[in-house]
This record gives sequence, C-alpha cells and structure tokens, in this order.
Amino acid sequence: MSVDATTVRRIAHLARIAVSEDEVPHLQGELNAMLAFVEQLSEVNVEGVEPMTSVTPMQMKKRQDVVDDGGIADDIVANAPATEGHFFLVPKVVE
Amino acid sequence: MTDLTSLTLAEARKGLADKTFTSLELTDAHLSAIEQARLLNAFVLETPDRARAMAREADAKLARGEAGPLAGIPLGIKDLFATKGVRTTACSKILGNFVPTYESTVTSQLWRDGAVMLGKLNNDEFAMGSANETSCFGPVGNPWRREGSNTTLVPGGSSGGSASAVAALLCMGATATDTGGSIRQPAAFTATVGIKPTYGRCSRWGIVAFASSLDQAGPIARSVRDAAMLLRSMAGHDPKDTTSADIAVPDYEAAIGKSVKGMKIGIPKEYRLDGMPAEIEKLWSEGAAWLRSAGAELVEVSLPHTKYALPAYYIVAPAEASSNLARYDGVRYGLRESAKNIIELYENTRASGFGAEVRRRVMIGTYVLSAGYYDAYYLRAQKVRTLIKKDFEDCFAKGVDAILTPATPSAAFGIGEKGGADPVEMYLNDIFTVTVNMAGLPGIAVPSGKDAQGLPLGLQLIGRPFEEETLFSLGEVIEQAAGRFTPARWW
Repeated sequence: MSVDATTVRRIAHLARIAVSEDEVPHLQGELNAMLAFVEQLSEVNVEGVEPMTSVTPMQMKKRQDVVDDGGIADDIVANAPATEGHFFLVPKVVE
Repeated sequence: MTDLTSLTLAEARKGLADKTFTSLELTDAHLSAIEQARLLNAFVLETPDRARAMAREADAKLARGEAGPLAGIPLGIKDLFATKGVRTTACSKILGNFVPTYESTVTSQLWRDGAVMLGKLNNDEFAMGSANETSCFGPVGNPWRREGSNTTLVPGGSSGGSASAVAALLCMGATATDTGGSIRQPAAFTATVGIKPTYGRCSRWGIVAFASSLDQAGPIARSVRDAAMLLRSMAGHDPKDTTSADIAVPDYEAAIGKSVKGMKIGIPKEYRLDGMPAEIEKLWSEGAAWLRSAGAELVEVSLPHTKYALPAYYIVAPAEASSNLARYDGVRYGLRESAKNIIELYENTRASGFGAEVRRRVMIGTYVLSAGYYDAYYLRAQKVRTLIKKDFEDCFAKGVDAILTPATPSAAFGIGEKGGADPVEMYLNDIFTVTVNMAGLPGIAVPSGKDAQGLPLGLQLIGRPFEEETLFSLGEVIEQAAGRFTPARWW
C-alpha cells in the first residue's frame, strides 16, 4: 500500500502536525519508503496467531481504590506556557 | 596520583573506601574532563554545583561508614530521565525549558545509593534514532576515529551521549534507554558495555516515553562488572509502573567470574546476513570460540521470524509513539506557538517543536492506527511479534541458556553518512538488537574487537527473561578474552 498527497495531508491533520504544501511530496516519499519496508509482513502466515498484548506473562496489577497523591497543583502548572491561578490558558474554544 | 577518570567504577569504589581519594576529587576530575571535551557535545547540561554538593555529601557518608553501594561515583544521566529541578528535554525543542518537579524512579535509586550527577547527556530526539543525529542540541562525536582519519563518526543512538561520555572518560557510567537497540548499538560503536534488561526489570516511571511496550532503562559502563553494579541500583519493583516486575533484584556483581561451564549457547543461523562484513563474521566465530574454551557448549539454533522483527517494530514503535507524544500539545508544558484557535495551536506547536524524524514517526504511527488500516498493519504486526517471541521460547525450551550474535551489522559511520535519502537505511542498524525488545528479553553488548580501520565492534548476548546474571557471567568471559579498548584522545 502507498499513500497519495491527500492522504499525507489527512494523516498530518489527524496527528495535529501542520504541514505546508511544499513539504507534502517529500513526506509522501518518506512515508511510502517506510510502508514499502513493512510490506514484507504480508508474507507471514498469521492464521490463528494471537496478537501480543503483553510481552511478559504478568497480571495487570491493581491498587487500592484510595487517594494516594494530589494537592500539587502548583507543580502541575509549573511548566505551562500560559496559566491563570491553577488553570491552563488556551485560545477561545467556545464562541 | 593516577588520572582518576581512567579508573573503572569498581576501582573507584575501592579507592573511595580506602580513602586514597575523595568523591570531591573524583568528581572534580570528571568535571574538568567534561569541560575539555565540549567538542564531543556529549553533555547537553552540566551540573557542576549539584555534582560537588552530592560529592561532599557522599564524602561525609563515606567518613561515617554509612556509604551506599555507589557512594561518591560520578555518573551522567541521559536527558530522557526526569531529574527534579534540573532541565529535562528528551533533546526535543518541544519540551523547551521543561524542569521536572519530580525525579524518575531509576535516577532516584542511583542517588539513594550515593551516586553523583555530573549532568544530562545528549540523545536522539525522544530516543528516535540510531546515530544521535536527531537531537535538537546537534550530533554527538564518537571518541573513536578511523585510523589515520580526522572524520568525526557518530557514537550510535539513541543513547549516543551516554556511550560517548563513558568511552571518553567523562563519567564513570551513564544511564541509557533501549527501545530497539539504543543501549547496545551505541555501546558497540564506542567499545563500552551496555545492557538492556528484561522488560519490567527497571521502572519506566519518570522516563520520557517513546514506545511503552518496548522501552527499558539500563546502564552503559566501562566494564561488565561496572554495568552489573549500576543495574543493581537501577532495577527493582516500582508501584508507580504497573509493568514493573515484582521480583527481587539479585546481586548481579556476584555473577561475575562464575563458571559458564556446561552452559548451552545458541548461534542463530538467521543472523548470518548476506553481505555481512567478513570482520563481523570473524568476530562472531571468535566470540563463540572464547565461550567454548570457557566450557560452554555451542549449538546452532533457528529463529525463523528474525527478518520480520524490524518491519514489525516500525509499525509497533511509531504507533505507540504517536499515542505517547499526543501529550505535547503546547498547553501543559514546553513550547507553544501562537495560533487563532486551539487546533492551530496544536498543529503549529507540534510542527515547529518536533524534528523531522519524530514528525515522520508520529505520522506513520497515526496512519497504521487509523480507521481501515489498523488490522492490516498494527494487528498484523502484533501477531508477528507473538511469533518472534515464540521463536525465542522454542529455543530456550531446548535448553539454550543464551544466544550469541553480533551487536551491529557494521562499525560506526560518519555524521550525515546514512539515512539521508531513505530513512530505512538508518533503521537497519538495529537489525540484530530489535528482536530482543520485541520479545522483552535481556541483551548485553560487550566490546569484542576492532575492524580493519581500528573501530570497535561488539557482540551481543541474549538471555532468558530475568536471567541477566547469565549475561554478566558470559559477558565477562568475552571481556577477559577480548581485552578492554580505550580511544586515543583527540578532542
């Protein structure tokens, strides 16, 4: 399978990465090189094979349903580019 | 006094215990070596004040006889590990001036045991790369050069700063991470020892995530024993990482010098590639001969799905990366580009904050997870991964204790030499190491010889899950036979 220019623009938008028109041909070439490389997986017989969900045979650990962290709002916003009090600031989302 | 930077970690530990020198002297020697080696670009942040304060504290503890196992030992930390109050960027512009308010579990355990932090080490952006060329701080120089040449070579990647700093005697050991070969490949390129432990052995908490089902932390060091000492402090169960294994950490150092007599070592025929340099083939046979003379039994084994590991990796890893890197949105931390609305804010921030390799992988990951393509790519790759793991399980079920392979398909290459036209050319560097991540197994790279141009080459040993001790025992046999390698100083 390979991707066309329209698909490249669609993927970029899904990935939330701005792509300018003159970058599209180059990206298309690189993505297609990667897709051509992974194409060889289609020759593997995977009939009846379970997809891997965990590389080590371990049970998902569960913890007590209790609050064991928190009260660190200052820490949470410490690195934010724009804040007001303990809130993150973003451009207006609701008109 | 002999040059303190040329000691191994084990030798330094003895010198500190015997009061031959202090941690402050040892730390100062390394800080001055770092200053003189800025040409290598191995450190992206030097923390001399913190280093000296930690060294003084270690000296006080040593004097009181309360010293931990790594007391006073100066280390470098890959910039992927969050360090409290010290800028951590994953060498990406998008993290900008991020200063964590918390410490990664692995580094906090090193400080618990008395180690000293010299600074943060360069790496490929978000650990995506095999040459340390994708870092926003620029490439790292390998302390090794071809004989009679002034060309600067890459140290490998993604832990290129870690490998370069350890090889150039700028730190006694370094933390590193390995998602497809990022500890073992740079170790092989710089004649250092690097071990990627079993998935779950080290906590991933506080390490910038790349591909969570593959990422593991491990040390890069100057000897097998040093690597064993570091891993003992780095490993261990952490409730904050649900995939961290609740298994006691053994004294890895005790495995050094243990007999390997009667161990069964597999030589996988699928790792014999067409067009593989004769030197690597020769090194591989030599390694087998060394293990045989130490009493191990060599057997040919088959890992039939080996060739599919790298293509499957280039679906699984970008898919997980696209999901992990969704958090870099210009809202909660790091870079923010201006925009009229929230979608543009995300798109502009991520376009200017991520480098080309990261953008490419996030996009491929987004594509293979998108509606209509998930089954064809991602699901198929995860099935192939099951088969790759089964190959190893079948092999271990036949009594094989460890598998011996070359660490890399070539020695180090020049900056800018690979991957310019086709990204896949660079990806092939990890052909021998990536299988190990796909199967969650431990793997160690040990310096084993040099090529005709005088560049170091390494061998890899792959072990059963949680049997890192076997790798340390076997690795030391190779180290004893091959000797240690130090680059001639040019920087």
